[in-house]
Amino acid sequence: MSQPQTMTAPFTGITIALSKGRIFQDTRPLLAAAGIEPAADPECSRELIIGTNRADVRLVIVRASDVPTYVQYGAADLGVAGLDVLLEHGGDGLYQPLDLQIAKCRMMVAVPQGFDYQAAIGRGARLRVATKYIRTASEHFAAKGMHVDLIKLYGSMELAPLTGLGDAIVDLVSSGGTLRANNLEAVEHIRDISSRLIVNVAAWKLQRARIAPLLDIFQGAVQAA
Amino acid sequence: MNQRWLLPEQLEDLLPREAWALESARRALLDLFYSRGYELVAPPALEYMESLLTGSGQDADLITFKVVDQLSGRLLGLRADITPQVARIDAHRLDRSGVSRLSYAGNVYHALVAGAGASREPYQVGAELFGHPGIAADFEVQSLLLQALAELGVGDFVFDLGHVGIFRGLTQGLPAALVDDLLVAMRGKNIPRIDELTAGLSGELRAALRALPLLCGELDVLTQARAVLPALPEVHAALDQLAQAASRLAPHTRLEIDLAELRGYTYHSGMVFAVYAPGFPGAVARGGRYDAIGLAFGRARPATGFSIDLRDLLSVMPAPASVTCAWLPLDVTHQFAEDALAVQLAALRAQGMVVVVQLDAADQSPDPRCTLQLVAQHGALVAQALTL
Repeated sequence: MSQPQTMTAPFTGITIALSKGRIFQDTRPLLAAAGIEPAADPECSRELIIGTNRADVRLVIVRASDVPTYVQYGAADLGVAGLDVLLEHGGDGLYQPLDLQIAKCRMMVAVPQGFDYQAAIGRGARLRVATKYIRTASEHFAAKGMHVDLIKLYGSMELAPLTGLGDAIVDLVSSGGTLRANNLEAVEHIRDISSRLIVNVAAWKLQRARIAPLLDIFQGAVQAA
Repeated sequence: MNQRWLLPEQLEDLLPREAWALESARRALLDLFYSRGYELVAPPALEYMESLLTGSGQDADLITFKVVDQLSGRLLGLRADITPQVARIDAHRLDRSGVSRLSYAGNVYHALVAGAGASREPYQVGAELFGHPGIAADFEVQSLLLQALAELGVGDFVFDLGHVGIFRGLTQGLPAALVDDLLVAMRGKNIPRIDELTAGLSGELRAALRALPLLCGELDVLTQARAVLPALPEVHAALDQLAQAASRLAPHTRLEIDLAELRGYTYHSGMVFAVYAPGFPGAVARGGRYDAIGLAFGRARPATGFSIDLRDLLSVMPAPASVTCAWLPLDVTHQFAEDALAVQLAALRAQGMVVVVQLDAADQSPDPRCTLQLVAQHGALVAQALTL
């Protein structure tokens, strides 16, 4: 049976789920455009629920990969989540109306320097690929017609090829510095990643009067940036 | 295995309070439907997979539990939705050419969870109206749903109205694979993805598809839609229907129009609607028109209806009215002749009193709900405060 929002029941405003770090920092100017100022900085505060200058808006600070789950279950009404996380989640029960053009990076296939990726594909080798992004990786290689064995990791993917855990990795790349530092090179661009505004389906229907103006302001701020 | 009490994921026992609340709600709804002419039907929980999947597409295949029928060797499915079964009954079993109104109530089973926090065994209650293509039939089922929600005590909800004809009209003639991708993007109001997918389309069509996810709100959305969407006959027919339905519903409920609402797109053919209530991450009732399913069962029949998952709504249902519960001790029983006692007990129970009878001398614990005990006074049973 569906879970009523017992945790948020006393709060009747809008709850926005954000993750610490880059997404929080890049979302701040958008919130500011809407006249929303967080009451604390999650980098310095241990609070997980952060109020704002608006009594009807609060923030919840969760892990990046948990943002879609909070929004899907209605524990948060809105959220900001990277496309990488959304592709893994699948997007059920969510609306994804706006590309916020923040926290941009690329989803790439990377291999140790000197490993001939194209030749390995050419001879039909079955590669072992270490990644946090199982769904994205499996769809990407299926679309190429390649058989791969996926190894699920939760972090430091760069270590996998260096320790013999895998032949290649699928990971997010911003500057490429981490790859270079570990003697890896990007060999295939899977897709560009940026963060999206996501909205719970029922919240969209029930709280449109509060959500629609925020969406307009965010959209304006994104276009102006 | 020392955990024989453990239930599989997303399946639960209903304990007395909830089980009775569900049963009371089921009775109230079936009575309501019956009083409006909707006759109850009860299809089986198991059917051949081919029948279950008729008209409902791949989504239904994935969420259906399957077993092999040892009598025929064929694959059976546990129903994931009663609506297609009722459509089958109307198309094939009832030889009616005019309107038929049918209702149903029963468990359905989902191998995969259908939504956030959903049970894998929803209790589906619904009403369907077959044989009338006009908007009068849609009005009837929509207002019946509003009555059903009032009966259940669901308040403060939003009635969400859409029409699959708009998307269908706009995407006519596009490659099927593109329409499939657009459908997924449209359901998720994924405008960035719609931008990607429509890059090769004409400017007018692209603008229309891009605008569709945000064409939602009150009645003025329909005016906006006429300005933004191309003047295709199918699109305008849909907007006209929505305008009629909206003006009819608006005085009775908080209405939202959403032109990108495409749930059940594979089998819906006209106006669709859903009800959203505070505290629920998804819709609590859904319905709409599906004129094409009957044909798959051998007879084209216009159809429209709705269903509600009562298990999902248990948390907002009012607690069942408290009962007067009385304990009948053994020594009181012995003061009456068996026939006379039966007559008196029947009279008390007819008034709504629950009477629990002491089994024997060893039975010293009345039902905890008992606040009264029965005593004999002048040859009659009389209730007093429980003094045990």
